[in-house]
Amino acid sequence: MTVHSEITPRSPHLDIDALLDDRSIKVIVCCGSGGVGKTTTAAALGLRAADRGRDVVVLTIDPARRLAQSLGLTELDNDPRPVVGVTGTGSLAAMMLDMKRTFDEFVESNADAERAAAILENPFYLSLSSSFSGTQEYMAMEKLGQLRARAESEHAWDLIVVDTPPSRSALDFLDAPRRLGSFLDGRFIRILAAPARAGGRAYLKVLSAGFGMFTSVLSKVIGGQVLVDVQTFVAAVDTLFGGFRQRADDTFAMLQAADTAFVVVAAPERDALREASYFVDRLEADSMPLAGLVLNRVQATSIPDLDAATATAAAARLEQGSRSSVTAALLRIHADRVAILDRQRRLAERFTAAHRGVSVAAIPALAGDVVDLDGLREVGAAMADGR
Amino acid sequence: MILGTTEAADLPLDPRPNAAATYAHPVPTTAADDAGARSVDWPAVRLHVVTGKGGTGKTTMAASLALALATGGKKVLVVEVEARQGLAQIFDVPPLPYAERRVAVAPGGGEVFALAIDPEEALIEYLEMFYNLRRAGTALRKMGAIDFATTVAPGVRDVLLTGKAKEAVRRKVDGHNVYDAVVMDAPPTGRIARFLNVNTEVAGLARTGPIRSQADAVMEVIASRLTAVHLVTLLEEMPVQETADGVRDLLAAGLPVGGIIVNQVRRPLLSPAAQTKALKGRLDLAAIENDLLSVGVLTPSGALSGSHGMVLDADVVGALAEEGADHAERVALEQRERDNLQVLERPTYEIPHLADGVDVGALYDIAEQLRSQGMA
Repeated sequence: MTVHSEITPRSPHLDIDALLDDRSIKVIVCCGSGGVGKTTTAAALGLRAADRGRDVVVLTIDPARRLAQSLGLTELDNDPRPVVGVTGTGSLAAMMLDMKRTFDEFVESNADAERAAAILENPFYLSLSSSFSGTQEYMAMEKLGQLRARAESEHAWDLIVVDTPPSRSALDFLDAPRRLGSFLDGRFIRILAAPARAGGRAYLKVLSAGFGMFTSVLSKVIGGQVLVDVQTFVAAVDTLFGGFRQRADDTFAMLQAADTAFVVVAAPERDALREASYFVDRLEADSMPLAGLVLNRVQATSIPDLDAATATAAAARLEQGSRSSVTAALLRIHADRVAILDRQRRLAERFTAAHRGVSVAAIPALAGDVVDLDGLREVGAAMADGR
Repeated sequence: MILGTTEAADLPLDPRPNAAATYAHPVPTTAADDAGARSVDWPAVRLHVVTGKGGTGKTTMAASLALALATGGKKVLVVEVEARQGLAQIFDVPPLPYAERRVAVAPGGGEVFALAIDPEEALIEYLEMFYNLRRAGTALRKMGAIDFATTVAPGVRDVLLTGKAKEAVRRKVDGHNVYDAVVMDAPPTGRIARFLNVNTEVAGLARTGPIRSQADAVMEVIASRLTAVHLVTLLEEMPVQETADGVRDLLAAGLPVGGIIVNQVRRPLLSPAAQTKALKGRLDLAAIENDLLSVGVLTPSGALSGSHGMVLDADVVGALAEEGADHAERVALEQRERDNLQVLERPTYEIPHLADGVDVGALYDIAEQLRSQGMA
């Protein structure tokens, strides 16, 4: 169907194919709030780039089951697997992030076997690696770093497309790695670690009054054992990692490089566009390269001139007569569509008014779920020509 | 609505003497019910936890459910726990402080209060309440220590958040509950069981001590008939899958699963026969063209004109048929997902798709829908 959604008539068009064909771009990061179709967009971008001749790896975080199956992601081995079915000379590999495993591998590759074993069974490490709110974001970035290193050393890929974790806010993705980094390198954890490093509990003598109060309250609240676990953990990792914060800062710098492109994904809904708006402002503030906005699930019609009021009135007249009501139903379906499109356009206009220079590509709402490569190709094609 | 079996037998006993008799009312709502004897599905529930996958309308449903429960002169508190100020936005009020503010008046004189629970504030309040440590707490916060404490042991954070909701449920003045009900806009489905199951969360922490006892007190409410965890979903593959996973996780954790709110349901506009034809691409195009001519949407001169230029009759007919086929496909997909939900055997409430989006007025409409379907 020809799409005349014209949802953002005043914004520049985001030329998806030009982005995918630009060989100086090595990393595309898809970000946006939860439920807007980030994963599908990332997979569709990856497949289209591969079909256009690039060697692509897509890092997904939490794909829908059938989409995962269509990408061959049935095994959770935390390593890219080739995807069969790319046309042309390019290639596509895909993987799903296993947060804990990435953290475990990170520990194993940075510590000798004995130390690694001690860390891996530390209760604080278990809690940190499986449920700390920033760990998924941190590990997504860690994995991205690994994939980049392999792209350079093995030349297996020349484009990495990254999906971002479904955080409560799109900004978490940028902030969480640093938060985890500064937490692990922070003042308190260092003070806590000091005694363990010095050996034994002699540290009690040198504590300031403030720190004494701190540990006393902390012990009251979370129990002394947790503090001991944290101390053991920090002592074990401290000498090995060269600083979590440094790593987080390096990742941050990588995302500012000119060979990275951010694609902000949003649905034409109030909350999703608000998040997209924050994100666009934030990328600008942090000098991160924004390619543009992908507006997903835009209602489309090829007969925009048949407005909702006319269609509804005509449907009502048909329903009064004795004629078949199929046409009336079709007119009501059309009227609903146009009403949704009108609302989406108003919401999108608020976004574009505040972000005039931001390029936009629209993807029309599809009737069904995207569950196979053909579905992804359809999304990719729509994105490439979507206005 | 569809009534499923209840897991009442698997739940811990409620401390209140007569709570068991009224849990998950097995009598379907009927038109004969008058206002005084409305049959509601969760009469004994005081804490309604609302979860759902991102983008399904969880916050909207929590706000609407609060309005529905407040209808007729009740006092309801709705709390959010993820520091995103979603409630303020949806009720169109300034950002919520860590204080209970009235945000809406329900039909019949009810009141909805809202609170954004902040874990740091909750910890300081907690230290003050139990240890008279408010000044220490404030000093510690300045040092960043509170953030550290809630970070170093993630379970502590959840205990503080759920603990505050529990406190509001239990709060009494002169022997009466301050709030008739508390609604929680909870974390998403993927994290809900772990978030609520604070006992397990803090299992690695002290086996005795204040957080442990606080966790036990929270579980007394959350794993009892006082609580129901409702799941919001869309009729799409992934949200439905996550709902099924969420129900399984909650049951495994011994938490009381409530109802399923299905949001953004499309009204099927085609008759069953037309639905089948549309799916197969066999709609009678000539008949449609005649109908459109008869009501003047198309004119004998043969074109619809407008700002996008001339559109041929055949194109209009074809486009309407194609939009009809899309609609039919969508309705069929929704029916498949509805069948998948039915397997879960939970009371289910359906909220139609709102073409105009959600504003404060829509919350009242949704609240009325929830009431008419017996959720409140």
